[in-house]
Amino acid sequence: MITLTHYLVVSTILFALGLLGVLIRRNFIIVLMSVEMMLNAANLNLVAFSYYLHSLTGQIVALFVIAIAAGEAAVGLAIIVVIFRGKIATNVDQINLLKW
Amino acid sequence: MSVVFFYYFAAVTIISGVLTITFRSPVHCGVALVTLLLHIAGFFILLNAEFIAAVQVIVYAGAILVLYLFVIMLLNLKTEERVFHRRYAVVSLLMLGIVGQVAVLVLRSPYAGVPGTATPELVLAVGQTRAIGITMFSDYLLPFELIGLYLLAAIIGAIVLAKTPGMQERKAQLETVPAGASPDGNAAAVEPAGVTARGDEGGRGHR
Repeated sequence: MITLTHYLVVSTILFALGLLGVLIRRNFIIVLMSVEMMLNAANLNLVAFSYYLHSLTGQIVALFVIAIAAGEAAVGLAIIVVIFRGKIATNVDQINLLKW
Repeated sequence: MSVVFFYYFAAVTIISGVLTITFRSPVHCGVALVTLLLHIAGFFILLNAEFIAAVQVIVYAGAILVLYLFVIMLLNLKTEERVFHRRYAVVSLLMLGIVGQVAVLVLRSPYAGVPGTATPELVLAVGQTRAIGITMFSDYLLPFELIGLYLLAAIIGAIVLAKTPGMQERKAQLETVPAGASPDGNAAAVEPAGVTARGDEGGRGHR
């Protein structure tokens, strides 16, 4: 029997992996991919709660999260393209244009 | 049967998540991420959410990942010597501690929520997609419209950001060359070209 706790443990591990990717990777594109991974962990939580608590709200919020992830990917990748065109770098520690 | 599927999806999801953050080449990371997203869609089917699963496959695996792969191939990145930050071992150990703490909290919590009215039998009787549609277009109509506005803003923002700055200039030059015979067409084409060229120079010098 699969309970809610099983899903929560899986999504905790996924979220931690995404956060770890954001923290330790140097490539901006892979940092964005890790953000997608974290959003997916949140989605898994939402849908699991929606199933076990008998409510459709979680699934609708999950749809909204997918739409927000699409917009975030589009704008984030546009920013990467602009930065790469200006100075040939996709490392997050070389992008310090706005550092005071 | 669903227990077997659950453990299969969990194992593949976690393994491909680890591979996503450890592969060296960005393309390989993208492929590992596709695997992860497709298996998350499998979880959604186990949870009676087949519409979300379809949206996950179409939007994530079909659109977002293709966008990522396009950008990776467009930029023609070379694989670096050092893919991690310098002190990644410290950060990893710290994260392991935090995750252990969260896992203990998750395992101990009772989740005493009030169950809603949409029991699985009721949803299956109506059809999950239909039930979602009815709820979304009655109770959640305003958030739905706001998401549409957000997507429009994201599209315009992405186009404005990624627009090539010299594009107007080059187009004006192309128009100038064949129009060299007629004097007034030439003057009309040269004027904006000069303006945009000066604007670009200023921007680049500032940067």
